[in-house]
This record gives sequence, structure tokens and C-alpha cells, in this order.
Amino acid sequence: MTSLNMDPNIAQPDDFYARLLAAHEGKSKAESDAINARLILILANHIGDTPVLLEALDLAAEA
Amino acid sequence: MFDDRYTLANKIYPYEKSPDQDLPDAVRHPVVIVGGGPIGVATALDLGQQGIPVLVLDDHEGIGMGSRAICFAKRCLEIADRYGCGEPMLDKGVVWNLGKVFHRDDKVFEFNLLPEQGHKYPAFINLQQPYFEEYMIDRLRHLQAEGAPIQLRGKNRVDAVAVKGDHVVLDVMTPDGAYQVEADWLVACDGASSPLRDMLGQDFTGKVFEDSFLIADIRLKGDVSFPTERWFWFEPSHGEGASMLLHKQPDDVWRVDFQIGWDVDRKHELKEKNIRRRLDAFLGGVEYDMVWSSIYTFQCKRMDSFRHGPVFFAGDAAHQVSPFGARGANSGMQDVDNLGWKLGLVIKGQAPDALLDSYSVERVHGADENILNSTRSTDFITPKSEISKIFRDAVLTLAGKARFARPLVNSGRLSVPCVYDGLPLNGPDRLTGGPARTRVGAPMVDAPVDGAWLLEKLGGEFQLLTIDADAPELLDVDGIPVRRVALSAVGNPELADRYLGDGPSAVYLMRPDQHVAARWDHYDPAAVRAALNTATARA
Ligand SMILES: Cc1cc2nc3c(=O)[nH]c(=O)nc-3n(C[C@H](O)[C@H](O)[C@H](O)COP(=O)(O)OP(=O)(O)OC[C@H]3O[C@@H](n4cnc5c(N)ncnc54)[C@H](O)[C@@H]3O)c2cc1C
Repeated sequence: MTSLNMDPNIAQPDDFYARLLAAHEGKSKAESDAINARLILILANHIGDTPVLLEALDLAAEA
Repeated sequence: MFDDRYTLANKIYPYEKSPDQDLPDAVRHPVVIVGGGPIGVATALDLGQQGIPVLVLDDHEGIGMGSRAICFAKRCLEIADRYGCGEPMLDKGVVWNLGKVFHRDDKVFEFNLLPEQGHKYPAFINLQQPYFEEYMIDRLRHLQAEGAPIQLRGKNRVDAVAVKGDHVVLDVMTPDGAYQVEADWLVACDGASSPLRDMLGQDFTGKVFEDSFLIADIRLKGDVSFPTERWFWFEPSHGEGASMLLHKQPDDVWRVDFQIGWDVDRKHELKEKNIRRRLDAFLGGVEYDMVWSSIYTFQCKRMDSFRHGPVFFAGDAAHQVSPFGARGANSGMQDVDNLGWKLGLVIKGQAPDALLDSYSVERVHGADENILNSTRSTDFITPKSEISKIFRDAVLTLAGKARFARPLVNSGRLSVPCVYDGLPLNGPDRLTGGPARTRVGAPMVDAPVDGAWLLEKLGGEFQLLTIDADAPELLDVDGIPVRRVALSAVGNPELADRYLGDGPSAVYLMRPDQHVAARWDHYDPAAVRAALNTATARA
């Protein structure tokens, strides 16, 4: 069974982080919320694996 | 005297004074059913077909006006078929397969139910509830004419009930005054606001959703028509509803549903000019007649137990769901299907009282599944919180572009029958590689056999379905007969696919409600006997 990858997995972390913020630049709070929600759905579908998704949900909720 | 609480579409069982009313003592009936709605009438058909005397009491004299339910699902129609009234429903009903989903006027996607071949009944038909009820009452009259011991008394309102150990006493009001009726068993099918539930002090708990829906049934004038499809809009830009549904019914009638919010002035909204304002915003210049309109709010609730001694609750009296997914009448019919044979066996002395507890266990399981599904649809259609709306809108925005988001769009999950997985009446599942859809606890899946339909051969009694396997034609298991239905899957790929799976042969023990009690790959007398005793709570 796969489990949530807790190790660094993004090659250029600073680049990714900057792209994430750039996607929200100049957006209203409502637009940003919508982008985030779509992003979560897109990524969740890409992962697909239910146990991994549930682990990710728990980690996010407990943080 | 008492007045009608609602207008009648069809005064089909007018009040007639019963001789019981003039007798000094209350007459004792084996079974009394309170409520002549679809569920009460279905119960009368089930028991009446078994030759068990039933008395139905209803506080009106016929079928209520207004369509209410319009979607009747396959399993519900199969049950009606077993009661001898499925075919007129299918003939009158509208069959649809294509659904379209819109968000702010743009079509997001469409889906096709892609019916599987080899079933007598389609996944769904649209039919006004009054027709559904009328065909059942026609059947009831037909059975009466054949001598079935069914009585249906209009304008007989139950005002009080007393449970006296092994029977109940009812106070019944009629236009000629009050009288009493006694019953060994009482089936309460008196609807969502069940007076009997209150009289017996039973709770009805769950969630109330803070929204209301305006329904308008309209008939288009002139040459305009819409295709026979289900159209659902989220946030239509005309602003006359947070969501809207358009669906076709027989007689060229269209159902339009507007989600209009919680704080509405019902009287105001139901004025024809206000309904027309909403309809016109959506229909533009189209002309139409108004057929029926209503405002409904909804809840997802159920009783803790559907049995209280000699009293059973069925249909909306026992459980209520939001209309999304059409699970109200559909699940009520499954209640009846479940209760009928159990009550029959207990009345005939062939099974112990404990069998009747399984009615509540199995149907609570079904109700929970329906409540879960309809709550989820409701949460999607009327999001409860800001974040739930954000995700809902994200799904809708993505669904237009990305296929993966489409299964997340929930405008009502269509009603499918529940499988009694893991419940006490189930016997062993010993068919190696057997198909999951016909596993123990599942309702039998239809298939074409010899120019007819499998389900037409099943039900009403315990049966042993043998597919390319040997077994005696008739078994007697301690007084309960089990008749064999022998079939071959040779040259019948549907039957093989639905019942054999990987193996060469199969033996299914079937309950009278067409659910699978146990299955094996060959006939074993001791195993069949044990499974039948488990399925009738005699083990
Ligand atoms: C807008 C709307 C849309 C719906 N759409 C669907 C759908 O598409 N598919 C679906 O399956 N379901 C649908 N439903 C649900 C469906 O209409 C109900 O589940 C169904 O009518 C329940 O039948 P019932 O016999 O349990 O109760 P009811 O139909 O309410 O019948 C109860 C009967 O008991 C009688 N009664 C009450 N009190 C007494 C008394 N004291 N003495 C004697 N008689 C009494 C009443 O007069 C009535 O005749 C919808 C409901 C609504 C409101």
C-alpha cells in the first residue's frame, strides 16, 4: 500500500512556491479561494489513491 | 365531521358505511393498514396476493391531486410487476436516458444512462404519482374481483391507537361517526407527518434542510417542445432560483423545480403571477398552462426502529429523504416488498415472531443508505457553508473542461436498491467467482430467459434457482415449500454474466422478495435447509 510521501519531492521548491503565489497575484479573496479549491480537486484526482488522500486530509486538518 | 386536508385527483374509493360500524363490539382483523397512499396500497397488494385478509383505512376518498413523485426506479417497477401492476406504469411512463447539467447557463456536460440490455424495466421512468397510485388501485380492484380478501375504506380516519400486548385497538372516525377496529398487526403507512408515530410517542430524528423548492408542472402550448431529457441548472443567470430542474412527464407535462431559499412567503410565491414570473424568466416567450404547483421543504429523518410490537411503520411514515435522487416512494416500495412475506409467514405460523424484527433491521439499513445519498446530493445542490459552496463551484467550473470532475457533480444520485450486506438473514455465499451484483443480500438482477424475463419467474415464495445444476423440483423445509426454477446459461450470455461469473453452474436460494438468501456452485440439501432456516429466523 502506498502512503503519503512526507519527503521533499519537488525538484525546485522555491520556483514552485513562487508559481503558486503568482497564480494568486492580483486576485480577490473569492477568486483565490476558487483557484485553491480547483487546485485541490485537480491534485486529488491526480493522486487518486484513497488512503493517500485520507492521510493528506488528516495531515492538513491537524496542522 | 371532518374535511379533506388536500384536493383529490381521483375519488376512487368513496366512503361507504361498513357493517362493522353497526356492531356492538369491535371487529378483529388480522392486518390493518393505515394510509391509502402508494405504500399502504402496495402493502395491501402484497398481503392480499398471499390470501391474507387486509383492511386499509384512509382518511380521504381517493388519490391526492398533484404529481409529487415523478421518478420511479427500476427496482420499484419490478416490485410493482410482482404485484401485477408494473406494465401499465411502463406503458404510460416516459423513459429517458440523457441528462444535461448547466452552470450559469452554460452546458457543463451531459450524461447518458446507457441502459444495459436484457431487463424488462428501464433504470427509470417518469410518471406522475397519481397514475402510479391509480394503477395499483386498479390492480387492487382486480384482485378483489378475483376474491382476494382486501378491503379499502375511504374517509376512515384513525384518531387513536392503543397497543394491547398482542393486538391493537383503533378509534376510527367516519362521516357516520366513530367506531373501533381491532388488529393483530398494524402497518402504519400514514405518510411523512404520520399521526400514528405521534400517537405512539415515537421520535423522528434527522436533519431539516433550510431551503425550499417551488415546483410547477406545466403543459406547453403550440408546437414548442423540449427533448425527453433531464436538465439541471446550477445558478441560472435569470436569477429565479439557485438551481433549477426541468423534466418531462407523460401527457406533455413538464416538471420545473426552482430552489427559492428558506425565508420565503409561501402564499406570495404560490400566486400564479409569481410562479409565471419565474417561469417566464426561464422560458422567454413560450406559452403554457399551469397544471399543478407546490412549495416543498425537506428533511432527511427516520425512526429508530420501524417495528414497535404489533405495529410496523413503512414508507414516509418511517423515513423521509430529500427528493433528490427519487428515493421516497422507491424506498417505500422496498419496505413493503420486505415486510409482506415476513408477515405472511408469521401469520401462517411458518416462522417465528423474530423474523419480523429483521424487517426493521433490513429497512433501517436501506433508509440509512438513502438518507446518506440524498444528504450528499442536498449538500451539493444547496451548499451549507461558504467553503462548501467554493468547492461545489470549483467542481462545476472544472467539469466543463476536465472529465475527472464530472462524477463529482451531484444533482441527485439515481435510486438503486439496497443490498442487505452482512445482515442476519443472510446465508453463505459459496459461489466461487460469483458476480458481485447478485451476491447474498442483493435483489435478483433481471435477465432474458426463453423469450420472457427472469424476474417474472421469481418471487412470492422461496425458490431455488438452478443454473446448469441439478436439484429436486420441490423441497419441503419444515413446512415451507421451496420450488425449483431450472435454467441453463448455455446460449444466454446475460444470464451467465449476471449469475455464473467464472463458474460452470450455480444454485441460488431466493427469498419471496427476490433477494438472494444464499448461493453455491452446486446443490447441497443440508446447506439449503440451513440457509432457509436462517432466512426465516428459525435457526
Ligand atoms: C415534491 C416531491 C417530489 C417527490 N419526488 C419523488 C420521486 O421522484 N420519486 C420517489 O420515489 N418519491 C418522490 N417523492 C416522495 C413520494 O411522494 C413519497 O415518498 C410517497 O408519497 C410516500 O408514500 P406513502 O404512502 O408512504 O405516504 P403518503 O403518500 O403521504 O400517503 C399517506 C396516506 O395516509 C393517509 N393518512 C394520513 N393520516 C391518516 C389517518 N390518521 N388515518 C387514515 N389515513 C391517514 C393520507 O391521507 C395519505 O393518503 C417526492 C415527494 C415530493 C413532496
